[in-house]
Amino acid sequence: MSTATINNNFKSEEYFINMGPQHPATHGVLRLLLTIDGEIIKKVEPDLGYIHRSIEKMCEKDSYQQIVHLTDRMDYLSSHINNEAVCLCVENALQLEIPERVKVIRTILDELTRISSHCLWWGVMGMDVGALTTYFYGFRDREMINDIFEETCGARLTMNYNIPGGLMQDIHPNFVKRVKEFIAHFKTKIPEYNRLLTGNVIFQKRTIGVGLLTKEDAISYGASGPVGRASGYSCDVRKHHPYSALDRVDFKEALATEGDSFARYRVRIQEMWESISIIEQLIDNIPEGDFKVPTNAVIKLPKGEYYQKVETARGELGVYIISTGTKNPYRVKFRSPGLSNLSLLNHIAVGGKIGDLVATMATIDIVVPDIDR
Amino acid sequence: MTNQELKDLITGWFAIPEAVQLEFSEEGSQFLNLSIHPDYLHETMYYLKLNRDTDFDYLYCLTGIDWEKELEVVYHLESTEHRHSLVVRTKTSDRETPVIDSVQDIWPTANFHEREVYDFFGIRFKNHPNMKRLFLAEDWEGFPLRKDYVDEVNMVVK
Amino acid sequence: MNTLININNLFLSIIPAEITGLPKMAMIALIYLGIFAVLGLYLVLLERKVAAWFQLRLGPNRVGYHGLLQTMADALKLVSKELTGTVKADKFLYNLAPYFVIITSLMALGIFPFTQKLQAYDLNIGLFFLIAISSIGVIGILLGGWSSNNKFSLIGAMRSGVQTISYELSVGLSLLTMVLLTQSLQLSEIVEVQKNGWLIVQGHIPAIIAFMVFMIAGTAETNRAPFDMVEAESELGAGFHTEYSGMKFAYFFLAEFINMFIIAAIATTVFFGGWLSPFGVTESIPWLGVFWFLAKTFILVFLMMWFRWTFPRLRVDQLLTLEWKYLLPINLVNIVIMAVIVWLNLSIQF
Repeated sequence: MSTATINNNFKSEEYFINMGPQHPATHGVLRLLLTIDGEIIKKVEPDLGYIHRSIEKMCEKDSYQQIVHLTDRMDYLSSHINNEAVCLCVENALQLEIPERVKVIRTILDELTRISSHCLWWGVMGMDVGALTTYFYGFRDREMINDIFEETCGARLTMNYNIPGGLMQDIHPNFVKRVKEFIAHFKTKIPEYNRLLTGNVIFQKRTIGVGLLTKEDAISYGASGPVGRASGYSCDVRKHHPYSALDRVDFKEALATEGDSFARYRVRIQEMWESISIIEQLIDNIPEGDFKVPTNAVIKLPKGEYYQKVETARGELGVYIISTGTKNPYRVKFRSPGLSNLSLLNHIAVGGKIGDLVATMATIDIVVPDIDR
Repeated sequence: MTNQELKDLITGWFAIPEAVQLEFSEEGSQFLNLSIHPDYLHETMYYLKLNRDTDFDYLYCLTGIDWEKELEVVYHLESTEHRHSLVVRTKTSDRETPVIDSVQDIWPTANFHEREVYDFFGIRFKNHPNMKRLFLAEDWEGFPLRKDYVDEVNMVVK
Repeated sequence: MNTLININNLFLSIIPAEITGLPKMAMIALIYLGIFAVLGLYLVLLERKVAAWFQLRLGPNRVGYHGLLQTMADALKLVSKELTGTVKADKFLYNLAPYFVIITSLMALGIFPFTQKLQAYDLNIGLFFLIAISSIGVIGILLGGWSSNNKFSLIGAMRSGVQTISYELSVGLSLLTMVLLTQSLQLSEIVEVQKNGWLIVQGHIPAIIAFMVFMIAGTAETNRAPFDMVEAESELGAGFHTEYSGMKFAYFFLAEFINMFIIAAIATTVFFGGWLSPFGVTESIPWLGVFWFLAKTFILVFLMMWFRWTFPRLRVDQLLTLEWKYLLPINLVNIVIMAVIVWLNLSIQF
């Protein structure tokens, strides 16, 4: 950032601070240029691109099957959902009839991914406000999900389990048993989370009324996911544009009206309960059938534009594919939830303290590769 | 509101729709597409958001496309009230210094997305408060998502 | 052998009579230094073990039996590390700062009565000395943060200044409450008084309030979570000691742990009868006093570790609100209550 960024309103009491790119609270290589007066934040300017890999440009040279693998590396905590977004987009374009079995398995894995991502977020959230112990509790439960993924998908983080037309492999014979074990285990652990962190007076003091976001601002800043829903903005893609097996499950959209950091926190905890409920409804009746439909080795989408949105753990991910009828897409755009959610940071953090900024950033829950792509 | 109603409503805003190159199409897309001349973009967008019947308050995707001869900017809009969608497109054939009006005063989310488009396509947005590259370094040469971009070091051409 | 004694006599005859105790004092100082440096290291190990226990981990368990030598190895590593620093740092103050911190915390250790006999220096204004010396340490932190020429350090140091100035009041006033009861500042006297019952029992309600205030303020004085604003790693990286490395960093680190021990030791002496055994069960074996003193102290140290590994951190303005709006008024009222109790002879005596 050059000196040109110093505008005329800069007062002599104010000073710059570089938060990041190597800073514990920025969760990756994000750099925030803060203008501070004492402890009070006057301006937050994110400086992005430290891990920009030009995934969109790479997609233009790849086949549709290959694109799926690149999406793992965007929001790596929702990798399964990212894969699914591309697959759904390609399948819709080809008008493939996807077996029911695939839809149900995809949805179960989606929700497991969401729980796993929220577990990690919960641990890190605690760390950001200074409660170091939460991290290990979150990771303990996440580990069980990762083991399930490892057994079924062969990978723990970047799963690559979806392919256009279905799944790479059928599920592991232990899958149903282990998911049920996990659900039984995890139902006893969310109350533990609440005892350790949610009910803590200091934690509530740190988050209630901090980082206020109104519903109107949430919509116009393009907030999605728990950030939007905590402001009372009903933006769950799973409700409004259901995909895979989400049309047959019954779940409540986690909503709050306060719009502060604590509301965002509660929405995520509520979402974990809803994900459990979705998995419970599906896990006992996974339909028999094929785990994929055959597709051509070289997929060519008909000429046109295709847009598919899904709900990742962070919000609305849009995949926008423009095809000219060849084996490569002409242009691929990923509308990532992180970039829009980050753009409202300056709006809600100004006027708070440095500690507030950290707490607010933790509840926005950014994943930097998702922003930088 | 159905696509046909939207079409009729929006056409009614203009005295001579041909003069602003207003066109609708639904071909090859799941949304209703509206294309318009860049000079009238900001005004149209303003009405699309403020009008009670359209009420497009949610801009969920903003991106550029390089059609080799022309550069296009695509806005995906949705109304959280009525739950209808619209895609607004605007093209410019100026590849050297393309300029399009910024919509970040209408939807603040456009701030970062327009910087991203500038970063990758070189389209400048007029009235944007902070028009500089978002991801790449400030001294980066060229605009990588353009089809004629060459980088012999970093790009593997199959 | 004879020559050695002669040399010793000669040495003693040269120096003035007032400071003949100097070699002896130096010897005691060295012994204390050795013991408490090792104690500091083992407090670090204890902290890590306790943290591991709270966090479903094992903690250090490779170096030595159950990791007993882990912090020794860490200390060796720190000694051998390169000392780095910023180019534009104020070199003199930058190098001076760690010594301020470590020396003040070691000095405070000198006046604790571990048993009736084992006390390096029985100062008649002991409690006052402890309060005074613990406020000097913050100068080291301020110097370190200021001279590092790093904004994060500076913010950390300023927070530390604000925090220590505020919480010192509560530490002082809560101890003063107890002084009303003991009528002496001398630590050995304070322990003597408690032969009729520990002060927390003698002073009952106001003493319990004073103890709670002291523990809260003491935790804040040592800059430990939930008051670790000074080095809030998710906000400031490492706070005031961001730019320190090697042994200079280790001084800050060690001082933090020794300070924790000091706060716990003051609480033990003032509230829990110091080296006195509960109900006088081992009164006939005086040397067991060391055991009782350390046992009580380590229970309080554990309490402070418990705070650290379960509570989130306060924000800096909430920290000040807590002190000025809650702790200080409570403390002032508490002193009055204690004075009334002493005046009306309402304290519990066995």
